[in-house]
Amino acid sequence: MSTLTEIAAHNPVEDYLRMDRIPSIWCPGCGIGTTVNSFVHALIRTGTDMKKLIMVSGIGCSGRVGGYIGTDHFHTTHGRAIPFATGLSLANPELNVVVYSGDGDLVSIGGNHLIHAARRNVNLLVICVNNMIYAMTGGQAAATTPPSSMSSTTPYGAFEPDINIPQLVDAAGATYVARWTAFHVKQLETSMAEALKKKGFRFIEVVTPCPTLFQRRNNMGDGLAAMKDYKDRSKIRNGAATHEVAMLPGQEIIVGKFVDRERQDYLTLMRARLGANFQEWIDAPPQVEHEEGEGCGEC
Amino acid sequence: MATIADSLHTGREMQHADPRAVLTGTHFMNGDAAACEGALAAGARFGAGYPITPSTEIVERFAARAPQVGGLFIQMEDELAASITLQGMVWAGQKAFTSTSGPGFSLMMEHIGYAAMTETPCVFFNVQRGGPSTGLPTLPAQGDMMQARFGSHGDYSLIALVPNSPQECFWLAVKAFNLAEQFRVPVMVMMDECVGHMTEKVVIPKAEEIEIFPRRSPSKKPGEFLAYGEIGEDLVPEMASAGEGYKIYVTGMTHDKRGYPLGNADAQRTLITRLFEKISRAEDELTLIDEDHMDDADVAVVSYGITSRVAERAIQLARAKGLKVGRMRLKGVWPFPEKRFREVAQRIKAFVAPELNMGQVVLEVERCAGGHCRTIAMPHPGGTVHRPLDILAAIEKGARA
Repeated sequence: MSTLTEIAAHNPVEDYLRMDRIPSIWCPGCGIGTTVNSFVHALIRTGTDMKKLIMVSGIGCSGRVGGYIGTDHFHTTHGRAIPFATGLSLANPELNVVVYSGDGDLVSIGGNHLIHAARRNVNLLVICVNNMIYAMTGGQAAATTPPSSMSSTTPYGAFEPDINIPQLVDAAGATYVARWTAFHVKQLETSMAEALKKKGFRFIEVVTPCPTLFQRRNNMGDGLAAMKDYKDRSKIRNGAATHEVAMLPGQEIIVGKFVDRERQDYLTLMRARLGANFQEWIDAPPQVEHEEGEGCGEC
Repeated sequence: MATIADSLHTGREMQHADPRAVLTGTHFMNGDAAACEGALAAGARFGAGYPITPSTEIVERFAARAPQVGGLFIQMEDELAASITLQGMVWAGQKAFTSTSGPGFSLMMEHIGYAAMTETPCVFFNVQRGGPSTGLPTLPAQGDMMQARFGSHGDYSLIALVPNSPQECFWLAVKAFNLAEQFRVPVMVMMDECVGHMTEKVVIPKAEEIEIFPRRSPSKKPGEFLAYGEIGEDLVPEMASAGEGYKIYVTGMTHDKRGYPLGNADAQRTLITRLFEKISRAEDELTLIDEDHMDDADVAVVSYGITSRVAERAIQLARAKGLKVGRMRLKGVWPFPEKRFREVAQRIKAFVAPELNMGQVVLEVERCAGGHCRTIAMPHPGGTVHRPLDILAAIEKGARA
């Protein structure tokens, strides 16, 4: 049993971070660091092998998370964390690949890759920090910005409908879909721990405040006010149908674990398709017939 | 045909190709197929791509061959994805490539820059067709030569090779992977529709005759190793792979020796200068020109890819007329073999530079000529090849200069 003094002297989370990168770049009241705390506790709880854990991210505030975790980290291009991670995961199936990035990166610019990675069921855990805005570039509207919100590129209020991310990844075939807010630190940790133990394409959305660029412009107060807002508006509904969990301004935020199912992952499907020939071929490659492909020539 | 060992001399022990992936024998295959076999012989077991004419046969063949040698091909949702998925495969410790043509090549530009910045050894095959935009999907051009060098934003350096036959597609594919590993750069293999689709004899040697440049794996233990800090005289850092315990930090941002983002002018100068110098210092080694009759030439015909084969006819006709014509066939275009061109310019009357574009590589030729001799451009918008008689007329014009 640790004494209070020992706990104060050493935060076990620090063992999982690159402490030479701390303090982080995030603003006071930002929710990203809170999700990192939950993530590290999930790593501790699951006994995750840090040597095989690979953090991949795109561009944006949340894209910096991987750089604070004490493991291999790939900070890729904007929107393309998932295909990079797909390459890592397929070329070395022993790697435990986690994509940690933001809503703008994963769902807006990278939306197509999100759909197809879920469809293929590549072994990836994707954590999407949804602050509903492009924060790094100064608060522009994203595909996740709620209608009527003020942002720097919607000076008269947003009017595009926003996207319901859990419904999208559920429809595309994710094996695990959950949503929590930065208020739900323990539930988030539990979901992250569950998802770390699963195979296939797993997805967790975390709703977080951006006090600097979203809450402030929309008169929503500071980070603490956001916590109270999430506490008041959230309703835990595990197993909720994902088409019913769209977030509407001022209304309930449905959180919980929505999807937890088994589907064969990409490599399992590939090996099943190739069958017994697979090993045989590696040992004694057959000669390939020399056929030329036919194309329509239009594309 | 020179072997790939010709220019590799870094003191690292070369390895031999894995015989299980080498299709030793005499074949009748097209350039796309030969490029695929070259990639396999070089050790590529992973590939990511997106279908596009006239490059598709490369990945069609790889999709069939890769599972037989313990690899895989994944068809991605677009070229943006393919061009970064392959880099994930590389950082997982594998050799990987993609192939494409004009429109797809345009989409891949950002990730060519990412590969240059993160020093990810990888290979891009571009089987060029007529452009811009959708252009001429089934017909040849060489209009992406400048894009290959400068297409991604910012300043970087890379290597581009240009085969002119299926046999050379095989060898330059092998060389591309070796140079990618040696210099830790993306290497472009700039084919064209004719070279990709022409079918000729291709001799694939035994695996022990194919030399392979191995990954520059770390010489230090985790904890002592810096992701971008273990740099030798050739300015190329050692490379750790994901999952080995090195806790590497890889970013497309300007970074320090640890790989950590560092946003200031000093860091930029240190990094970008090294990315250029690791290539420029190796100019002699990277000067890949097939020369003939250059000793007493008055005119040098500079060409590459399919155009070099048309130009060869013009050179024969000119020699039959008694003209002193030499051949400078580029097998490597980037880095441009500047030193050699400056030397030649001192003692010839003219360069004649036919290419299937409105004038791209000729700009480099003219720059290196520096006014010491004439440079005769032979622009062509593509869709077919030059007429040998037109090149002959240019040679005659050059000889009169």
